[in-house]
Amino acid sequence: MTAMSEAMKKPETSIKLTERQLRARRARSIAIAVSLGVLVVLFYIVTLVKGPAVLVRPL
Amino acid sequence: MSITLAPAEPSIAGVGDYVALMKPRVMSLVVFTAFVGLVIAPGHLHPVIGLTALLCIAVGAGAAGTLNMWYDADIDARMARTAARPIPAGRLAPGEALAFGLTLAGFSVVVLGLLVNLIAAALLALTIAFYVVVYTMWLKRTTPQNIVIGGAAGALPPIIGWAAATGTVAIEPVLLFLIIFFWTPPHFWALSLYRAEDYARAGVPMLPVVAGEAETRRQILLYTLLLAPLGVAPWLVGYAGPLYGIVAVATGAALVALALRVRAERRGYAASKQMFAFSILYLFLLFAMLLVDRLPGGLVGHFAV
Repeated sequence: MTAMSEAMKKPETSIKLTERQLRARRARSIAIAVSLGVLVVLFYIVTLVKGPAVLVRPL
Repeated sequence: MSITLAPAEPSIAGVGDYVALMKPRVMSLVVFTAFVGLVIAPGHLHPVIGLTALLCIAVGAGAAGTLNMWYDADIDARMARTAARPIPAGRLAPGEALAFGLTLAGFSVVVLGLLVNLIAAALLALTIAFYVVVYTMWLKRTTPQNIVIGGAAGALPPIIGWAAATGTVAIEPVLLFLIIFFWTPPHFWALSLYRAEDYARAGVPMLPVVAGEAETRRQILLYTLLLAPLGVAPWLVGYAGPLYGIVAVATGAALVALALRVRAERRGYAASKQMFAFSILYLFLLFAMLLVDRLPGGLVGHFAV
């Protein structure tokens, strides 16, 4: 028997997510993706609106 | 010596729990008052920049609410009104709320600074810091003046709105600041009158807990007597038209009448509950009238593309 197959027989130690935890994680991931998308679109539109003035940043 | 940490349980927090952390009802009032500050400011603002400013102010308010719930989770767990919030209910770990709040705070301030202007961003950062550090961490648990001084954080949004539109701070939005500042104590003390047991159980030194009901009712009347003329002031100094003046005088008189009923109330809290509910309507009407005042060509013309 190889070392690899020995390792594969070891008991599972990683955390197994429940159905509820998986659903919650998926919903959170989608929300983060949507937020990042909104941020990208926002920066894009404001750059279009401001034009070259977007680089002018007086204190 | 070694310390064994139990592995953190994977989160079951849903998107709704994170939304609840941001106190959406408070956020809506913040956005509304900031919008009024933005609209009454002189000059023209591109609608996209105006919307960006409001989005950042909303997220900043959400950050402040989130960090407040993170710090006050122990208090919230002991109060019936707040026990179902995501952290005390066990749906969301404190660390998750802290990380979420700090992320929102950082993004809202940086984006406002990059896309709108630095004065507005600095004011938003000040507002978040004041609400979280000065009010939540310091005043709330130590003095019955907590909501009086802490109310400054809730009163700043019109000034942020004005700064977003003009890049400066002026005296006009300071009047709006003062209206919200003097509105906050009678509004929250009316609530605390019939929630005093909750606050006492949580160890929060609200005025009815520390000074008693009679003194709280007296203070509500005193602050309302200061608030009513302040509410009329924008009309008296010429920032608003007669329609605003009529509404401010009528609703201010109604608020004073309610405060007198609260002062005279001996049994039950019917007048206090009415005072709490009407004070929300009062503030909404004043700011809505400021908007209506700008309507004839003003509101549309203000957001010139």
